Amino acid sequence: MSLLPELSNEEIARYSRHLILQEVGLEGQRKLKASKVLCVGTGGLGSPLLLYLAAAGVGTIGIVDFDFVDASNLQRQIIHGTATIGVSKVASAKARIADLNPNVTLDIYEEPLTAENALRIFAGYDVIVDGTDNFPTRYLVNDACVLLGKPNVYGSIFKFEGQATVFNHQGGPNYRDLYPEPPPPGLVPSCAEGGVLGILPGVIGTIQATETLKILLGIGTTLSGRLLLYDAMNLRFRELKLRRDPDAKPITELIDYQGFCGLTPEPLAPSEPFTRLSARQAHERRQAGWDPYVLDVRKPFEAEIVALPFADRLHPHEDVLTIAASLPRDRDILVHCKLGGRSAKACEALAAAGFTRLFNLDGGITAWATDVDPTLPTY
Amino acid sequence: MATLHIPTPLRAYTEGQAAVRVDGTTVGEALAALESAHPSLTKHLRDASGKLRSFVNVYVGDEDIRFLEREATPVGADTEITIVPSIAGGGR
Repeated sequence: MSLLPELSNEEIARYSRHLILQEVGLEGQRKLKASKVLCVGTGGLGSPLLLYLAAAGVGTIGIVDFDFVDASNLQRQIIHGTATIGVSKVASAKARIADLNPNVTLDIYEEPLTAENALRIFAGYDVIVDGTDNFPTRYLVNDACVLLGKPNVYGSIFKFEGQATVFNHQGGPNYRDLYPEPPPPGLVPSCAEGGVLGILPGVIGTIQATETLKILLGIGTTLSGRLLLYDAMNLRFRELKLRRDPDAKPITELIDYQGFCGLTPEPLAPSEPFTRLSARQAHERRQAGWDPYVLDVRKPFEAEIVALPFADRLHPHEDVLTIAASLPRDRDILVHCKLGGRSAKACEALAAAGFTRLFNLDGGITAWATDVDPTLPTY
Repeated sequence: MATLHIPTPLRAYTEGQAAVRVDGTTVGEALAALESAHPSLTKHLRDASGKLRSFVNVYVGDEDIRFLEREATPVGADTEITIVPSIAGGGR
């Protein structure tokens, strides 16, 4: 107790609702002031997390992110604002936190988290909170936490569903006990492709913040050993048991996480039965007279938001083969979707059905709007 | 018969259904019934050798079948089977 930092009069006034809670109290609040939490990601999950941890008086908060605030973030990333569109996310978050609670010391890491820097960055923190958006970083965060013996407060979201738990806490299971391996790329859609209800990360991120505070204070029962599932559409919470996997391989070092998640593109690219074109390349070809049949494989509601004015046909990628008979075999076919993933799958399906003149618009209509025709909206 | 809960990412392959009633006395039989009704699900649930993929967990009640009898785990009329795949969203 005597090693814990004192609270100023301003802090006593600020945290009064905590101080009168027996379970937190003066000692608990001083523990929070002495605590160090690292939040990986300042996006959908990181936004509510950072706001609540800062408001609660966690003394030192580290944030790792190298992205910039985009208008499409603001539907859910509430730490950022219209005034910070185009600003780096760490700078935007820093300004908001400084206003919310100037007592918080912020450590800024404006860099991608990698196998090279993770152990060094994590070393100084008591709890790591995973607010990332991709499988390679999630496995990296997990493995670094296991190697350093630090709790990993986990949350992830998709459309209307969320998952949360605490990994690697007091000998409890970790991410690899739950899912030994990641899905191959393309099989599980991202939020950018699948969409996400803006409030959903608010619920899951706030649960992560709650678990973080409980770990720091040493109170209550954490989600360690339990996977919490949240279904916003039917407002249902469920709990599943999470155990140490006796067959799990021990984690002894950090690895190549892009490769582990199948994201090293070189070996796959040459064998693809279609040609990839960037938006700029496709545009240049069209300028030079190229006249492909343009197939949009998104859902009709997406085409209502924005469509290429020269698209010939709209048909969702899942059952693109049902229209194969009506597609031209003697003409180039340019296939596109929102970001390029679904159209690549459609190209593969069509190639398997004997089509040979297939072109995939890499980056999809989003890249077209960004790089070729800025009058088109992005979504 | 058992009730099988389908997670959001896989509902694209079950015509949007969130839960289905399926025949079977084991998890494996229940999954086979689901897959025969919705063949496009199989490649998302199983690898080329037919094994459940390592990023797809199946629970009977609140227990992971990896810690029960895997696909031989018995199910009854009141059993709730839940498929829980790995999701990664949260940041961008």
